[in-house]
Amino acid sequence: MIEVAHLTKEFGDFTAVRDVSFTIAPGECVGFLGPNGAGKTTTMRVIAGIFPPTTGTVRVAGHDVQREPDAARRLVGYFPENAPYYPEMSVEEYLAFVARAKRLPRGVRRAEVERVIGATSLGEMRRRLVGKLSKGFRQRVGLAQALLGDPQVLILDEPTSGLDPEQVADIRELVKGLRGQRTIIFSSHILSEVSQVAQRVVIINRGRVVAEDRPEGLARRIEGAVTVHLRAEAPESELRALLSAIPGVHDLAVTDGRLRFHARDDAVVREVSRAVTAQGWILLELSRDSLSLEEIFLRLVHDGDPARGAA
Amino acid sequence: MIAIIRKELVSYFSSLLAWVVITLFLGVSGFYFYSNLSFFLLSGGFDVARGLWQFQLHDMRQIMVSLLPLLTMRLFAEERRLGTLELLWTYPLRDVEIVLGKYLASLLVLLLMLAPTLVFPALLTQTNAPVAIGALLAGYLGLFLLGAAFLACGILVSALTDSQVLAAAVTFSLLLLFWVMTWNEAAVGAPVLSVLSHLSLFDRFYVFSRGGVDTRDVTFLLLFSAVFLAWTVLALGSRRWRGVK
Repeated sequence: MIEVAHLTKEFGDFTAVRDVSFTIAPGECVGFLGPNGAGKTTTMRVIAGIFPPTTGTVRVAGHDVQREPDAARRLVGYFPENAPYYPEMSVEEYLAFVARAKRLPRGVRRAEVERVIGATSLGEMRRRLVGKLSKGFRQRVGLAQALLGDPQVLILDEPTSGLDPEQVADIRELVKGLRGQRTIIFSSHILSEVSQVAQRVVIINRGRVVAEDRPEGLARRIEGAVTVHLRAEAPESELRALLSAIPGVHDLAVTDGRLRFHARDDAVVREVSRAVTAQGWILLELSRDSLSLEEIFLRLVHDGDPARGAA
Repeated sequence: MIAIIRKELVSYFSSLLAWVVITLFLGVSGFYFYSNLSFFLLSGGFDVARGLWQFQLHDMRQIMVSLLPLLTMRLFAEERRLGTLELLWTYPLRDVEIVLGKYLASLLVLLLMLAPTLVFPALLTQTNAPVAIGALLAGYLGLFLLGAAFLACGILVSALTDSQVLAAAVTFSLLLLFWVMTWNEAAVGAPVLSVLSHLSLFDRFYVFSRGGVDTRDVTFLLLFSAVFLAWTVLALGSRRWRGVK
């Protein structure tokens, strides 16, 4: 549905995005993750058709955003960061304007406005001026305008930024509800959010894609992503020797009477369990903690070696 | 484009800006009409049918110089400041449509501003005073075209800044410059003066105010507006290309 090929965007001397490529299948929900200034917004703006790429191509359902801007834009609903708004228009007036600007046929405009007001629970606020609404409601208005015309692709730039926890949960539920029929890209710097909503995560740092995988798959990409604690009725030195011999076991150490090591993934943990019991030793404890997405993210971003994360 | 026109009209009238500008224009025009009429009646010997309107049209032109920049100042500056311009760019709208939509909305406000002043000649005909209708219409045509040129100039300035106040101030100064550029005849040579007088917006208005329509003036004013509008489209395009929010 979305094909980004070798996208580079320069602003004067500054390269915001450098040779970024990825594709997103129809119906997929992809999270864009990265620190502020990583190039998430720039990438999304190019896909939304706000400005052209410096080099590279971006296609939405086969339409080049630069060569066929109107065809591409009709398929995309865009929610810009901070949801800019016209303070002097009422919610209804504003959405009616967007419906016209998106060139929805005259007959369906009113129904569409009603539909998105319903979808974003703005019914009670419809006659209020957008400028008088709370930030949470203004974000909903921003989402509502993106949803008008039921675009196949939704690009949501930090839809939850600056909201209180309750509002964040509301918006997140809203976005979750939109998954399925539509292709969604949404950016965030909050990791738990991305892992809850997205099926796939693209991590961007300093204008490059650092990693791209399913949330749980990202963990596997990193050597030692699983921390294992093990306690067994066995002579310690023999146990240590046995474990060290198993490929994929790293950083073996003893803490609080337990052995602790890092493993690449669960296959290594299984191998360990098999080896210990094969010796006739009794396994008292075998537990594993995955690295949180937060830790993975920090590692990927700060290790700074794109080759390691990217497939 | 209709979408943009409607949106701008909603903004004009719900933010009260249009009401304030129209009210100020009508108030000050009314005052000028009163004093011009008194002057003509008390002094006598003047051509009320034409001369009065020449005075009145020149005075209204003067008010437009100071009020029309207020109508254009927010058109782009505000969208730039709010960040809504980038949102407009995600809709299937062309820059030309955005610029023309905003411009046509401001022209409509200009019409709404000028139309009620027709009540002045209407009042005079009630008292059987002579009114040269044809000449008056020519004058209003000139006033409208001049206002259209002012608005085009204001739109360009508005597209170049985030600040409404700056947009209004710069537009006002530019219009003032277009007015006074031919005043300092002594300081420039004849060739330069002839170029300047061709460029001066206000010199184009004299024939209209005397009740005539010179196609060269009409063409100039239309061309002036077209050039500024095209410039605005280019300015938006380059902003977009550079990728500034």
